[in-house]
Amino acid sequence: MAATLPPPRLLPSGDSAVTVEFSRTIDDAANERVLALDKALAAHPIEGISETIPTYRSLLVHYDPGKIGFDALGEKLLAIASRPLPPTTKARRWRIPVAYGGEHGIDLEDVAKALNTTPDDIVARHAGGDYRVAMIGFTPGWSYLSGLDKSLHMSRRESPRLFTPAGTISIGGIQAGIQCLAAPSGWHLLGRTPVRTYQLHRNPTFLTEPGDRVTFFAIDHKTFEELDRAAEAGEIIAERVDA
Amino acid sequence: MSRLIVASIGPASSVQDGGRFGAQRYGLTVSGAMDRLALAAANTLVGNAPFAAAVEIGPFGATLTARDGAVRIAMSGAPRNADIAGKPVAMDTSVTLRDGETLTLGFARGGAFTYLAIEGAIKGEEVFGSLAVNARAGLGSPYPRPLQAGDEFTVDAASGAPELRIELPKPVSGPIRVVLGPQDDEFDDANKALFLDSEWKISATSDRMGYRLEGPAIKHLHGHNIVSDGTVNGSIQVPGNGAPIALMMDRGTSGGYPKIATVITADVGRLAQTSAGTAFRFKAVSMAEAQDEARKFQQLIRTLPDRLRSSDTVELNIEALSDANVAGYAVSAMDAGTWQVVAEP
Repeated sequence: MAATLPPPRLLPSGDSAVTVEFSRTIDDAANERVLALDKALAAHPIEGISETIPTYRSLLVHYDPGKIGFDALGEKLLAIASRPLPPTTKARRWRIPVAYGGEHGIDLEDVAKALNTTPDDIVARHAGGDYRVAMIGFTPGWSYLSGLDKSLHMSRRESPRLFTPAGTISIGGIQAGIQCLAAPSGWHLLGRTPVRTYQLHRNPTFLTEPGDRVTFFAIDHKTFEELDRAAEAGEIIAERVDA
Repeated sequence: MSRLIVASIGPASSVQDGGRFGAQRYGLTVSGAMDRLALAAANTLVGNAPFAAAVEIGPFGATLTARDGAVRIAMSGAPRNADIAGKPVAMDTSVTLRDGETLTLGFARGGAFTYLAIEGAIKGEEVFGSLAVNARAGLGSPYPRPLQAGDEFTVDAASGAPELRIELPKPVSGPIRVVLGPQDDEFDDANKALFLDSEWKISATSDRMGYRLEGPAIKHLHGHNIVSDGTVNGSIQVPGNGAPIALMMDRGTSGGYPKIATVITADVGRLAQTSAGTAFRFKAVSMAEAQDEARKFQQLIRTLPDRLRSSDTVELNIEALSDANVAGYAVSAMDAGTWQVVAEP
């Protein structure tokens, strides 16, 4: 049997939730352990747990203190989290179309200037990346991606915008993102995708899952309009390429 | 079927229920009633499940009219003057609006949210098991947005069941209780003490997403950027300017500011009902105490039906009145102008 892993920290998050923290920083190895714990709890539910929320570095576990107390739950969570990771299963892989620049990516030129290069080069570096959905949060379907090319790491805008459009493809710090709904954001907007990661009356309602792999490819603005209409009608226009 | 028409209503009023749980992992905000006990009490009075959908009425007034039949309703939460055709209506009692009658509600007198439950509950299309309005995500039914004049609900015709009142326990007073963490280690002892020992006021810019707290600036040990992790109802995060924000029902499911403490479940509704500008304090309690209080809170909600009384009998129990708590309760009932109403047939 493989050696057990160092235990995560249990952070009390009120009387009905606990954060199981594997790392303080963004770290793919920690994220893998988060997702492994999440899967283990889905496969073998612990009585009293109502919902789990995976993030980059931790799993937030909501539970009913009427059914299980903090100490008893914590002990069980630590035991599961210390087990060796199961062999990784093949991740789902999506190709996401993006209309870069212009009205769809109003920060592309400024990002290129700030990094002393051309917009085309930024597009090539962003679209050339191999990303992983580390977590989904903030607003429905907002997929936080790890795997952004180091040369594209730059701090967020000084003042966040109060409105950024649905489908925004952006970068912020060391993260990249696919945003589904219009929302405030302090990230740099490189483009827009017609893909809806969340669409209420579609099956599935949510397209991406933590652990999925993502790559991007550039489309022109006319193709964007066509795909956008198809997506609005409920078609899943993201290409699934792992099958 | 009867209809209940919203003739006028102030901002920050919407349909809410127990909330939309199960999809926080996809970024779906939970929403739901800001004061779950008040929602449950109002629903219990008209025979609904405790967390059925009801109207959450913000601090301003409203008028609602019954059409095509009678509508039985009950209100609980922030007290306010209410009347039907000039006859006062008490909080924490059921009452039937006859066809054509209008319920007129004044501003909240203390607190912020009053819950108006309708016999048979509000009907609509559930998304993830909930009708709760989440305006940012365009969710909620029958209206996926705050209520406006002209909106209407199709509801069950009043059953004619005898009217009831509910005897709620005396409201807990004193500090809002918190459990420290999850990121209390991002603050030194002096700043944790500053958080716990200071007087706070809720800013007027607060909303269902978060209550901004006015008081001393709380300093972080290592800056204000942490890697985003999950939030809960009652998480108290401290952004860069040092002014804490208590995250409420429309919170984002994740956040990137250190969270110094978490309001205990039993006190989230009390915090929600603290009016802007009212001074209050926090108090740290142990996990064991917080979970004990959470279980008591669950028990209270489960046993609300045991607290129902016939509304046409006012029990003047001398022994009970000699108990300061109960006497205090009766006095506040008189303040609310309810004494005549409990005697109505």
